[in-house]
Amino acid sequence: MEKWPNNKAWFLVLPAFVIVIFSAIIPLMTVINYSVQDIFGPGQAVFVGTEWFREMLGDYRLHDALWRQFLFSGLVLLIEMPLGILIALAMPKKGWGVPVCLVTIALPLLIPWNTIGTIWIIFTRPDIGLFGAGMNNLLGIPFDHTDNWLDAWITVMLMEVWHWTPLVALLGYAGLRAIPEVYYQAARIDGASAWATFLYIQLPKMRGVLTIAFLLRFMDSFLIYAEPFVLTGGGPGNSTTFLSIYLVKIALLQFDLGPGGAFSLIYFVIVLLFSFIFYQALQRVGKGEKV
Amino acid sequence: MKGKKKTIGLVIYFILLMMPIYWMLTMSLRSNADILASFVLYPKNITFMNYMKIFTDSSWYMGYVNAMIYVVMNTAISLFVALPAAYAFSRYQFVGDKQMFFWLLTNRMAPAAVFALPFFQLYSTIGLMDTHFAVALAHCLFNVPLAVWILEGFMSGVPREIDETAFIDGYSFPRFFITIFIPLIRAGVGVTAFFCFMFSWVELLLARTLTVTEAKPISAIMTRTISATGLDFGLLAAAGILTIVPGALVIWFVRNHMAKGFAMGRV
Repeated sequence: MEKWPNNKAWFLVLPAFVIVIFSAIIPLMTVINYSVQDIFGPGQAVFVGTEWFREMLGDYRLHDALWRQFLFSGLVLLIEMPLGILIALAMPKKGWGVPVCLVTIALPLLIPWNTIGTIWIIFTRPDIGLFGAGMNNLLGIPFDHTDNWLDAWITVMLMEVWHWTPLVALLGYAGLRAIPEVYYQAARIDGASAWATFLYIQLPKMRGVLTIAFLLRFMDSFLIYAEPFVLTGGGPGNSTTFLSIYLVKIALLQFDLGPGGAFSLIYFVIVLLFSFIFYQALQRVGKGEKV
Repeated sequence: MKGKKKTIGLVIYFILLMMPIYWMLTMSLRSNADILASFVLYPKNITFMNYMKIFTDSSWYMGYVNAMIYVVMNTAISLFVALPAAYAFSRYQFVGDKQMFFWLLTNRMAPAAVFALPFFQLYSTIGLMDTHFAVALAHCLFNVPLAVWILEGFMSGVPREIDETAFIDGYSFPRFFITIFIPLIRAGVGVTAFFCFMFSWVELLLARTLTVTEAKPISAIMTRTISATGLDFGLLAAAGILTIVPGALVIWFVRNHMAKGFAMGRV
């Protein structure tokens, strides 16, 4: 069905637009301003053009952090999307189990991000943590995320999957619950297998929610800061120094606003570009098989 | 048989999910010396000392109050402006609608670290620093877009014949929107409110940048304690457990709405 053409609809969007742009435009302009200047102190700045951008684009530590970030976000999406969908499929459809499941599954989402890091420090310490001590003493596998880069990665991934899979599951569940019963009846009459029902009915019908889930997970995992920073501080070495951790090192700890600004803009453009590509692709995928 | 396998899988998942939270709970019931001294699966000498400290020290418990105030403000503002906007996106075609819709989401994509400084300058200039309203307003940057996206999905699920009939019956737009349309997607509004509440509650960087003492949220108070006294695991764990409580209460009270909302929405 076509939407009604009416430019007056802008008046309905206006309040949202104003309140968002209030916080969006001035900080963005200021950061652009930083990125083209060398700032010595208040009121002392020299215009340097694209120098910071060239310097940042050539910074090998930034490249390392970027590849690490791609690997991290890629793994996050590969693990969390299927796992979240599986959990959504397994959750009960009616009865007392529904509210219990919804409340339990939402718990990790409601914990402030730095607290998440703290929980996982306590949980994975080899001497006093349930997971750390369990691995070392019970299973006899040496495990220390402050010492070994692989252990650090495993810990960060476990934390991330534990923290955010519920978001995918909740959104996926919403999509599943919205499928009218008649579709399932039709599938049963056709003698479709569970797999075929999933592939041709449930998955296409969940496309809307899964698009949002995918984009949110991509953006937020690409921008992740507080949880790994609290947990590993970017170490051991630089093995878990993700893009935003490196950004904070440059921008705030060395107080270099010029390179920091340029870095932020490059970062922003990468997230924007990939989100746009994913959005376009997900809009197209499954259009043909819409029931 | 198949249903049973599903249930077993789900139960295993929930056990794994609860493990870190259980561990934090046991830590919060032990003294710091006890925690560091030995590894035990459940606390033997239960103490409520950590909780007592938080409930009696105003620099601690005000953190929860402050966070609650701006989170509620933010959720209200976000819903108030996102409802009409989402209606416009779901019903009308207008100049720049698709671009506008995607642009909204781009506001979630900037790395917060460097952007926090201009935020500080902006809110100092307009005299809002260290107020709850400043944090509520700043969090609109990422919550309004999310609310618009989620609500648009719910609204698109409502047939447009309902709007047409109401307008033919002589309803004005505001009256139709408030008395007919919003009740129809009430559950969807509940789900959206949950997501706004959640993202505002867990955000740290902007909240910390925009507050000094008067409106400091609990998450920022916790980081300050880490740097000041070294890690007091027991106290941190107790504070962490208490950060879960408000959100858990919110979902418990809206659980039926949420179940219904999740049942109707394409989100």
